[in-house]
Amino acid sequence: MSVGLETAPAPRARTGRAKVTDRTKAERRLGLLLSAPAVIVMLLVTGYPLFNAVYLSLFSYRLTAPDDRRFVGLGNYATALSDGLFWQNVFTTFLITLITVAVELVIGFALAMVMHRAIFARRTLRTSILLPYGIVTVISAFAWRYAFDLQSGFVNPWFGLGDFAWFSDRWAALFVIILSEIWKTTPFIALLLLAGLAQVPRDLTEAATVDGATAWQRLWRVILPNMKAAIMVAVLFRTLDAWRLFDNVFVMTRGQEDTATLSFLTYQQTITRTAIGLGNAVGVLLFLSVVIIAAIFIKGFRVDLSQVRGDR
Amino acid sequence: MRESGRSRVLWIIATALILIWTVFPILWIVMLSFKQPGEIGNAPKFLPRDWTWENYRTVFSTDLFTSALINSIGISLIATFVGVVFATLVAYAIARLDFPGKKIILSFALAIAMFPVVSLVGPLFNLWRDIGLYDTWPGLIIPYISFALPLAIWTLSAFFREIPWEMEQAAQVDGATTWQAFRKVIVPLAAPGVFTAAILTFFFCWNDFVFGISLTSTGNARPVPAALAFFTGESQFEQPTTAICAAAVVVTIPVVVIVLLFQRRIVAGLTSGAVKG
Repeated sequence: MSVGLETAPAPRARTGRAKVTDRTKAERRLGLLLSAPAVIVMLLVTGYPLFNAVYLSLFSYRLTAPDDRRFVGLGNYATALSDGLFWQNVFTTFLITLITVAVELVIGFALAMVMHRAIFARRTLRTSILLPYGIVTVISAFAWRYAFDLQSGFVNPWFGLGDFAWFSDRWAALFVIILSEIWKTTPFIALLLLAGLAQVPRDLTEAATVDGATAWQRLWRVILPNMKAAIMVAVLFRTLDAWRLFDNVFVMTRGQEDTATLSFLTYQQTITRTAIGLGNAVGVLLFLSVVIIAAIFIKGFRVDLSQVRGDR
Repeated sequence: MRESGRSRVLWIIATALILIWTVFPILWIVMLSFKQPGEIGNAPKFLPRDWTWENYRTVFSTDLFTSALINSIGISLIATFVGVVFATLVAYAIARLDFPGKKIILSFALAIAMFPVVSLVGPLFNLWRDIGLYDTWPGLIIPYISFALPLAIWTLSAFFREIPWEMEQAAQVDGATTWQAFRKVIVPLAAPGVFTAAILTFFFCWNDFVFGISLTSTGNARPVPAALAFFTGESQFEQPTTAICAAAVVVTIPVVVIVLLFQRRIVAGLTSGAVKG
């Protein structure tokens, strides 16, 4: 439905010019007035701090030694970008993002198919899928951590793993982190895909069935191409969300065993170690990486966000 | 949909698997919360050996938890209320009024939804300390509002597009001003959408961790997820595991209740705002 058409003042313009401009003016003023509180809050929390982060990242500055603050230009960026630890964290973040999004896309699609075509227990299914969505990420992290923990867990005895310490090994720890993330966020992707599935025209799948297409062919030739927009939006949102992963790492390993993500590194530098300059440089790099990923999706893969924004 | 016996069995298996996958970790936390603290580290099973309420008594007699619970409830409710009011105003303006900057506002909200929150934590930490918002309720309410707004704005704009606006025009023909038409006619019609946006906003605030650990330091404002993470390693409990789980169960109860009561609204909110084709 196009809102623009209904509100267009064109038909009224013929009756009286002065009146219309008054009305239009009032409407504009009201529109801006109604939008102002939200825009101001969003600007206050993101705009100023972002500029401040860029500014602070140009200084060598520790909170513990404020008098030693001096301008170093892009020095902090050079330090971060030439540090092996930074790149290791980039790689960890990349790996977590790639695996979670890929796995969630498959599981999420399966969930969406089951929900879409469920004959019975429809309500129960939807309710149960919303549980992980609603649960606090930190609590999901604790649940999975304690399941794999040597002291409290059931995983090792059940699977005969003896005293294998999951959180003393990089890949094992990352496995549990990824598992918790997948459990918590798959429902989100499943619901977006469910909305996409609902848009695949029924006639098309039925016609394909009549023409003798197998279920597999229907999936790849009819269903998936027709919900490409929904898939791309879901992947974009989940990718950016996974790229920011923080809670699970904090609860499970506190970044030990080389499991730190970019978000965790930023937090560690700015808050824990109070290395304001370097920490903000990492934070700005994190921000830029998000901008680049979003740009790749929107320009490269042509994800149509006008539908998401609702301004069609 | 062919109702053959074999496909029926497959459906039952698929449904059962999904139920196990989604409920199992929650059940596990509940089980842990009913175990004796001494059972941890002592060859524990999935089910408690001796069921006990001890952990719940422990957490409710711990100031760290009770103050965190009050903070979480108060901060989340206030942020939800203010955030939804702001989002409703914007969504109404975008759906109904003709004014410059519409697209900019929507794009800006979208950009905020993608923002890496941690990038802002350092500067906010400094700013909040300078202006006295550090470790206070408003210090968390303000960031919660601004990062929950995008989702609320989309959900509401999508919902507002479905509203029969002729009724508003009818009211205006009858002499009501734009504002009166909004308040008397549209607000009742929009209530279900606003309610959905409120649930999603509340989940967002309830879930926050990054701001909670970075912008607070004491029981003044620290919310439950942040308090839980720092529960570990404190020596007041011999093994904090079971107490943490009891606290986790307490903050999960509202989520489960909301999901059980309003699952249809939540599904509608999440799907309508996202992909509209």
